Amino acid sequence: MIKVLKAGFYTTIQDLGRFGYRDKGVPVSGAMDTYSSSLANALLDNDQNAAVLEMTMLGPKLKFMTDTEIAISGAYMHPSLNDTPLSNNRKYRVKMGDVLNFKGVSDGFRTYLAVKDGIQSPVVLNSRSMYVPITTFAQLKEDTTIPVNTASGHVTEYAHIKTDEEWYSGNDIEVFKGPEYDLFPDIKKRLRNDYTVSKVNNRMAYQVEEVFITHERSMLTSATIPGTVQLTPAGKLIILMKDAQTTGGYPRVFQLTEKAIAKLAQKKAGENIRFELLT
Amino acid sequence: MQNYNLTYKPFGNKAVLIEWPAEVNENILNDIVSYKRYIQKYFQTTELVVAYHSLTVIFNEEINFKIIEKNLKDIYKLNIETIVLDRKIWKIPVLYGDSLGLDMQQFAMEKGLSEEAVIDLHQEALYTVYAIGFLPGFLYLGGLDEKLHHPRRREPRLEIPQGSVGIGGKQTGIYPQISPGGWNIIGNTPVRLFDIANPEVCPVSVGDKVRFYAVNRYEYELIAIQVKTGVYQFEKEDYYD
Repeated sequence: MIKVLKAGFYTTIQDLGRFGYRDKGVPVSGAMDTYSSSLANALLDNDQNAAVLEMTMLGPKLKFMTDTEIAISGAYMHPSLNDTPLSNNRKYRVKMGDVLNFKGVSDGFRTYLAVKDGIQSPVVLNSRSMYVPITTFAQLKEDTTIPVNTASGHVTEYAHIKTDEEWYSGNDIEVFKGPEYDLFPDIKKRLRNDYTVSKVNNRMAYQVEEVFITHERSMLTSATIPGTVQLTPAGKLIILMKDAQTTGGYPRVFQLTEKAIAKLAQKKAGENIRFELLT
Repeated sequence: MQNYNLTYKPFGNKAVLIEWPAEVNENILNDIVSYKRYIQKYFQTTELVVAYHSLTVIFNEEINFKIIEKNLKDIYKLNIETIVLDRKIWKIPVLYGDSLGLDMQQFAMEKGLSEEAVIDLHQEALYTVYAIGFLPGFLYLGGLDEKLHHPRRREPRLEIPQGSVGIGGKQTGIYPQISPGGWNIIGNTPVRLFDIANPEVCPVSVGDKVRFYAVNRYEYELIAIQVKTGVYQFEKEDYYD
């Protein structure tokens, strides 16, 4: 068990997502940056789908009530174990009573904490990912506990995976043409511009500040998937993320790759992005 | 199936979007639902999302679009017979007006109708489920009587109670959870269209029908207790064209 001493800004439990219920309107959810969550799991020999903590902007303070192993990936949140600084992308053993503390991010936006065997919270509709009303809570709360297994005390080889820690520092976001791309003749020209991540960004969607193309195209409601970029009549781009609704009525002009979703999930308000069209 | 002229588009690198002519049309919807059943037989690991005139086939890994497109087209061509769909009519009890139909009085006044007339028109129609989305278990219903078409409220509410039955534009629907929203709320249903305690989660599927029927306060409370204790059974019957 892990006790939550401080919850952080927005900390959730996520696996790879909730599949099989989209026809009932249930969002996929799951880690926003699956590149980092998978890396943290890989360091512990966990399944890719093992549940991790997704920490946003400012991390939590956690007390371990059991021995286990941990790994941290994604944005650097100045983690420390009993006040000793830790590194990202490396495996550590923790003992019962240890306190793991995170601070604000110095780069990126989301950090992932994996524990040996994954977080053991209840599986609801095939997934442990937090999403109200599927799960009772939308995020971690102070003074609650997170169920984890006890990892038996094998000698730990201090695995450290060499990673490109800069992978999300560039501003290019790879996209495919979306289903309604061809409705907008000027679209290619507009792609050369930089766009600024707006303050309106969360697990459901990211928006950019600039007006892209205004239009009067209406369409019947149709499916959306994580990474779908919708274009509103006012010209706003809405980039749907993991908790986005499963249908929408705005033209879908682009579709991000999974890696592009992961990269965008590490951007915060004010940062620039540029769409790179894949063919 | 009816051999509509379909378009197939890649939707990212894991999904295919199939589109019928852009109409709100029951023949099209039935064709989509039949096709969906066939695709399910051949590709068991996909998720299939039907909405109005489109079917999205989502795979769990990257696909070769050309190959999948050909497979899908073959499935459509081979199975030209529409399968008999086991569609249901779901009967949804509604306490109209009262304290839960927050906008009933004003809505009836603005429409120049009595509350009774609003209730009659709303429960007479047989609605078609064209899509499920927006919120888990939210049904996009077609078939609202034109006399009840009405713009959304100018000031959306931050919290609309669970089970609220509303009208927005040409649509009527049920809020399956508490949510913000701008529809005119004319009543409330005690039944839960999305419930993780129910093994089916959301018993209604796209292509099914919905009919509302009025209940009084006493009946409403009784059903609410049944829902709460998990013994409520949805009222439904088979639907044939």
